[in-house]
Amino acid sequence: MSSNVTKEEVERVAELAHLNLTPEETGSMVHDLNAILDYVAQLDQLDTTMVEPLAQVSELNSASEARPLRDDVISPSLDRAEVMSEAPDSNGSFFRVPKVIER
Amino acid sequence: MPSETTQRSNYLEKPKTFAALREDILSRRVKAADLALSYYERIEQINGSLNIYLNLTRDRAIAQAERVDDAVAKGDPVGPLAGIPVGIKDVLVTRGAPSTAGSKILKGYKPPYDATAVSRLEAAGAVVLGKLNCDEFAMGSSNENSAYGPVRNPVDPERVPGGSSGGSAAAVAANLAVATLGTDTGGSIRQPASFCGVVGVLPTYGRVSRYGLIAFASSLDRVGPFASNVRDAATVLSVIAGQDPSDATSSTAPVADYAAESDKGADGLRIGVPEEYFGEGLDPEVREQIENGIAALKTAGCKVQPIALPHTRFAIPAYYLVATAEASANLARFDGVRYGYRSPSSNTLSDMYSHSRDEGFGAEVKRRIMLGTYALSAGYYDAYYLKAQKVRRLLAEEFLRAFADVDAIVTPTAPTAAFKIGEKSGDPLAMYLADIYTVTASLAGICGVTVPCGATKAGLPVGMQVLASHMNEGTAFRVARAVEAAQVQEQGSSCNSASQSPRGSQF
Repeated sequence: MSSNVTKEEVERVAELAHLNLTPEETGSMVHDLNAILDYVAQLDQLDTTMVEPLAQVSELNSASEARPLRDDVISPSLDRAEVMSEAPDSNGSFFRVPKVIER
Repeated sequence: MPSETTQRSNYLEKPKTFAALREDILSRRVKAADLALSYYERIEQINGSLNIYLNLTRDRAIAQAERVDDAVAKGDPVGPLAGIPVGIKDVLVTRGAPSTAGSKILKGYKPPYDATAVSRLEAAGAVVLGKLNCDEFAMGSSNENSAYGPVRNPVDPERVPGGSSGGSAAAVAANLAVATLGTDTGGSIRQPASFCGVVGVLPTYGRVSRYGLIAFASSLDRVGPFASNVRDAATVLSVIAGQDPSDATSSTAPVADYAAESDKGADGLRIGVPEEYFGEGLDPEVREQIENGIAALKTAGCKVQPIALPHTRFAIPAYYLVATAEASANLARFDGVRYGYRSPSSNTLSDMYSHSRDEGFGAEVKRRIMLGTYALSAGYYDAYYLKAQKVRRLLAEEFLRAFADVDAIVTPTAPTAAFKIGEKSGDPLAMYLADIYTVTASLAGICGVTVPCGATKAGLPVGMQVLASHMNEGTAFRVARAVEAAQVQEQGSSCNSASQSPRGSQF
C-alpha cells in the first residue's frame, strides 16, 4: 500500500470531502498525508488473507446478545420550532439554502 | 469573622469524596445550592488561567441544586449523586446550553435535547456546572486543537492536560468539579486522566449510551467518567451505564453496583503484564513508577504474570485508518444547512458546503477528514480501510485469548508524563504516538480504568492503565483500587519512600 499522494490527488479528495482548501493548506496536506500513509504502510507486514474484517465489536462481547429489531411504534420527535431555531436560514418549516439549479 | 465567600472557598480547599459531600448535604450542614456557588467562585478565580470551562450553566445548576435542597428538607429520597457538582465535556449535547465540540463550526449552537449520560446524571441528582473544553470534535491528544484555546494542566500550566478530554481531567485535578464526563475514542479519557493525576474510566463499548455524543468514530466512541478517586468514578459509571432505546449499540447487560464491586479487593486476581507496552519509547521514569505499582499489586495478593500481545505495534496505524474513515463520514453532517456555521460568501449550494466547512473546521479535523476520505475512496478502500479492519480483528482476538488466562492487564497509560504546550503540535504523527498504549483497547472494545501511580522526579503524575474484558468493569475497578490504596499509603508514610509523589494541582 506504499503510495505517494500527489497534489492533484489531494485536490480530488478535498472535492469529495467538500473542503475548499487554500493552496497553502493543500501543500501541507500533501506532506502530512504522505507522512501518515508511509507510517500506516507497516500494516502490509501482516498477512491478513484469511482474516475477516471487524467493523464493530458487539459480536465479540458474549454479554451482548442478539437483539431483535424494536417494535415500529410512533413516539414524539424533537420540537420543530426548537430545531429550526438553530438553522442558519429557515422559514420555520424548511431549511433555506442557496439556489441549487441555475435556470 | 470570615466572609461567606471565604467560608465557602475554605470548604473546597481539598477535594471531597462523594461520601463526605453526601453526608454534609443530607445532614443539611451544607446546602447543595451553596456548594454549587462555591464551585462557581472557584471557577471564576481559576478558569481564566487554565481555560477549562467553555460555558457555565449557572441557572440550570442552581435550579437543580435547589431541588435537591428542597427534597432533603422535606425528607424525600434523593439520588446517589444528589448535589454533586459535575462538568460535562463539550462534545456531549446539553439542551438549550451551547455545545460546541471545541469547534468554531458549532459556535453558539444550542441543542434541542440532552445527551443520555447527562440526563442520567441529573436524574441521579448531580448538578451540571458547565461545559468543558476539549480538542475539536475530540480529535487530539493535548487539547491544543480546541478552537477556543488550549487547556493548561493544573499540575504545571506550561504543560498540556492531555486530550481530547483535557478539560474534563483538568477540572477534577483543579477541583473545579467533583466529577466530570469525557469521551474516549483512542485514549481521550485515559491519557488526560494520566497527565492530570486523576482517575478516568473507559467503559466497555456499548456500556454507556452514545446518544447525544457528537460523533467522531461511531464504532470506537465511548462516554465515561473522571473523578479524584476510583470509588467515585465507579459510582458515576453505575449511574450513566445501561441500555438506551436511543442508541441501538447500547447493551442490555445488567448494570452492576461498580462501587460495591470495587470494594471486593484484588486478592487472588490474575494480572497480565504485556512486554510490548514496556519497550522503546517508554520514559524510564514512567516505567519505574508502573513497576512500583505492579509490585504493590503483588503485595495486595495479585498473581502477576508476563503475557504477550505481539500485534500491539500495529494498533496505531489500524486505529488512525478506522477512526478517520468513520470521522470523514460522521463529519459530513456539518454542511451549514441545519445547524452551526454557514459561510456568508457563497452563491451556490456546493460552494456553501465547502466554504462553511473550510472556514468552520480546524487543521487537525481537516487532516483527519482528508485521510479518512482518501482511505475510503475508490481504489484505496481494500488496501487501507479493509486492511485496518482485519488488523482490528487480530488485535481484538489477541486480547480475548489473553483474558482466558488473566483477569486484568496492566500497562502504562501513556509513554510519557504530560509534555509541554507546543512540544508536539507541529508534528501530527508524533502526536498520534501519544496514544500508543490506549488505542488497542479502543479497537478491541474492552474496558479499562486509569489510576494515578506515582510521579516523575519533576512531580508530574504517572497513570497505570488497568484493562479488563468486555463488561468486566468491576474487575478493573478492583485492581485500580489496590493501586490507589498503595499510593495513599505511600504518600502518608513520609518521604523516605523511593517512589515520587505527584505535585498535585497548583490551584
